[in-house]
Amino acid sequence: MNKDKTANDTAALDEGRRDFLEKGTTVFAAAGVAAACWPFIASMNPSRDIQAKAFTTVDLGKLAPGKVETIGWQGKPVFVFHRTDEQIADMHSTQTKIDPESDNKRVVKPEYLVVVGICTHLGCIPNRSGPEGWLCPCHGSLYDNSGRVIQGPAPNNLAVPPYRFDGEKKIIIGKA
Amino acid sequence: MRKSWKRWIDARFPLTSFVKNELTDYPTPRNLNYWWNFGFLAGFVLVLQIVTGVFLAMHYKPAAAEAFNSVQHIMRDVNYGWLIRYLHSTGASAFFAVIFVHMARTLYYGSYRAPRELMWWSGQMLLIMLMATAFMGYLLPWGQMSYWGAQVITGLFGATPLIGDHIVIWLRGDFSVGDDTLTRFFALHYLFPFLIMAVVVLHMIALHTVKSSNPSGMSLHAKDNIPFHPYFTIKDFFGLGLFLIIFCSFVFFKPEFFIETENNVPANPLQTPAHIVPEWYFLPFYAILRSIPDKLGGVVAMGMSIIVFALMPFLDRCKIPGGACFRPVFRAMFYLFMADVVLLGYIGAQPPNATLTIIGEIATFFYFAIFIILPFTSHWENRMLLREEKLPDAARTLILEERYIPIRRDEKKNGDAP
Repeated sequence: MNKDKTANDTAALDEGRRDFLEKGTTVFAAAGVAAACWPFIASMNPSRDIQAKAFTTVDLGKLAPGKVETIGWQGKPVFVFHRTDEQIADMHSTQTKIDPESDNKRVVKPEYLVVVGICTHLGCIPNRSGPEGWLCPCHGSLYDNSGRVIQGPAPNNLAVPPYRFDGEKKIIIGKA
Repeated sequence: MRKSWKRWIDARFPLTSFVKNELTDYPTPRNLNYWWNFGFLAGFVLVLQIVTGVFLAMHYKPAAAEAFNSVQHIMRDVNYGWLIRYLHSTGASAFFAVIFVHMARTLYYGSYRAPRELMWWSGQMLLIMLMATAFMGYLLPWGQMSYWGAQVITGLFGATPLIGDHIVIWLRGDFSVGDDTLTRFFALHYLFPFLIMAVVVLHMIALHTVKSSNPSGMSLHAKDNIPFHPYFTIKDFFGLGLFLIIFCSFVFFKPEFFIETENNVPANPLQTPAHIVPEWYFLPFYAILRSIPDKLGGVVAMGMSIIVFALMPFLDRCKIPGGACFRPVFRAMFYLFMADVVLLGYIGAQPPNATLTIIGEIATFFYFAIFIILPFTSHWENRMLLREEKLPDAARTLILEERYIPIRRDEKKNGDAP
């Protein structure tokens, strides 16, 4: 009787150990395979020569007040807009409804607005529609002089790319 | 939950029974040794080559003006590009190493004999397809060795009587290897692995019909077979571990070992390198090509040196089951043949000179002579070893039983039953 019990216990114990080893091996192997996948996944990310194009330097010296310059950055258009004092004051005092955001959170220096010129609706490039802002030619979204959407169908304001001033009259887009 | 989706699939596709019959419970001889690991390893390397190749193709540009630089781009700019390229270039050598061992095992243990002739022939086809794929892939880096290797090998087809020149131009799409040659080699280099995959499926279907051979050569009865899983999954994976240790030590510590230094110079159609050699896995065949003093004769001899393996089921007339360990003459011939192949490989790597040419000619003669005398020696072995007085009764009965191929024996049994 006692003997039988011991024999059974040993069998149960062995099974537990085997189960543990089996699962341990499987987990270990799966982790190895996942790690081996990483170089392949990473190889599809931008290569170093592409990453080198991630920064664009813009000279603001020639940009007169009231003018917009379109810069290529990472293959995308960036609007650099030298705003007049009047436009700055106007933007400070207005609020938008679709994607409310205050103007001073969207600029580093109030004179210069830097936004990615891609409509947040379906990716067309809005045109300057006069001194008040931009109009997207595809579906008629309107953006004000802070790049904020004032008329749909676009759901969001024009994105502000990471950028910083390098001296007074130069910005580097791509680095915050 | 788990059972219900399995039931759903099994009603529409034989998933459970397929996995059970062909993988987990697949009957495998219990006495397989580690030489039987190499088929699995070849499958692994094929998958590795396809995966790394697909990722390389995402960055590679198959045009004469851009190819060399795009490889440099892969090595320097692409994230882990160096790793993926070295896996692929070392993988090519590993593929041949594994396949050569796989073939040597088949020869040593006589696994090409009935009823496994179709496995041997589909394997032969795979070898030729592998060689074509490797050759075309070697042009892609567009270095000096790539270029002149392709120039020489496509030039071989010029030996074809009457239309040779036209065939060479047709193959190259140009008067010498050029931009169009590179682009078509890339297209075919991408296509062939998938054709190889298809033939591998045929190879596997044949295998699962006739089942694995084994070192004893006896067709084993049910009680001598054990399920593939876990016994051979674990054995194959253990072998894979050993293989990966060797493979990765090349990839990470000696990645340029299999790459000719000369190939780091961009292709120059107006300047042949001082000493051109093919990749190591083509050397014995290249030596045979060079040994024959006639252009057409050399090409034919080289082709024959590969095709001749297909004749093995006819040339080997010995009915003694099992490997060369039971056949002293065959064993001696096997080792001599291996030594001869290594010698030819050495000669193929050297710049041609008078002494080596003569040794190469002798070695070439020897290479084919072994195949030619095999029918006679194997017939003699058959007679000598099956003589009654030399064998214990039990062994003799077993061997005589094996002289009928298993399929025929099954039919006979079925016939007797009613």
